[in-house]
Amino acid sequence: MLTLILPTDTALHRLPAGAKLAVLAGFGIAIGATSHLLLLAMAFALVWAAYLPLGFAEVARLPRRLWPLWPFVVVIGGWHLLRGTPEVGLAAILRMLAVFAAATLLLLTTRFDQLLAVFTTIMRPFSPLGLPVARIALALAMTVRFVPVLAARAEDLAFAWRARSPRKPRHRLLTPLALAALDEADHAAEALRARSASV
Amino acid sequence: MERNLAYIALFAALIAVLGFLPRIDLIAGVPITFQSLGVMLAGAVLGARKGALAVLLFIALLALGLPLLSGGANLWSVLYTPRIGYVIAFPVAAFVTGWLTERMTMLSLPVAAGAAAVGGGMVVLYAIGVPIAAWMNDLTLAATATGALAFVPGDLMKAAVTGVVTGQLARMRPGVVMSR
Repeated sequence: MLTLILPTDTALHRLPAGAKLAVLAGFGIAIGATSHLLLLAMAFALVWAAYLPLGFAEVARLPRRLWPLWPFVVVIGGWHLLRGTPEVGLAAILRMLAVFAAATLLLLTTRFDQLLAVFTTIMRPFSPLGLPVARIALALAMTVRFVPVLAARAEDLAFAWRARSPRKPRHRLLTPLALAALDEADHAAEALRARSASV
Repeated sequence: MERNLAYIALFAALIAVLGFLPRIDLIAGVPITFQSLGVMLAGAVLGARKGALAVLLFIALLALGLPLLSGGANLWSVLYTPRIGYVIAFPVAAFVTGWLTERMTMLSLPVAAGAAAVGGGMVVLYAIGVPIAAWMNDLTLAATATGALAFVPGDLMKAAVTGVVTGQLARMRPGVVMSR
């Protein structure tokens, strides 16, 4: 759920996570600097080609991974068509698709603990300035750990609701879910204190 | 200290989980998700500072590439979509929601939290999100603002739910609502 990572080990998996994150960030910024349609189309083709080490199945699956973006394609494309500026719209759409595809590629090939290590390394110089890097890293790891816990709780609450009522639960599950989060937080805080974690 | 850290981390997780909940399409293509409700709730329950920190933690995970935005997106994949404006506005929205909840002590907690969610989670969110969304996509402000109107009914409902849920939490776990 939290990660899309492909279990097969490829050359892209073995690249250092920091390098991949830096390339992604650089790519995201660079692609914002140009509105040249040919350049943007080439950038998208380049990202698509970068899926090759994952195998042809993944290359073919990219359009389906991009599918959730269709509402934005319709809105942005439609607006610029109406205004008579289709090139600007096409550039915005290409930029969006290219960055989405590149971000997905990172997720397909990088584990979270590798990314967390990158975060700690980048932030280390700030720690003498009073930024509690270790504490932030702990909080990041805790959040990632508790997302599946809370998601499972949300599912249980929805099941229990459906057993009792033919209607949809809608917002009625929110209070018990928030309560679960607060109680889990109390437990986690107690556990941290018991381990005398200096956080 | 451990308690603050745990609350911030768990609320960040709650915001993420609210993004997984099935979304309702108000109008075709305009998804109404519970994620912004999580942002309002973080401010209303944790208060300005901790609420904003919880949202910042959530965004840090998005920047690390985790697909926690509703629809399985991360920070990089929404960078050039209209959504980026709202993501940037989320921490400010949580801060203002918390700040207002803390200060409107003459109102009962549910009413104050609901009103604060309108101020932080709607007024501030749109004020920051709409211009950025327009700028990132070469759209005009007027067009983007008109598009944002589609979210108003859903967001008003979310603000009301924020008030109700905050009130219920305060009743069930006294002392847990840190904004008061």
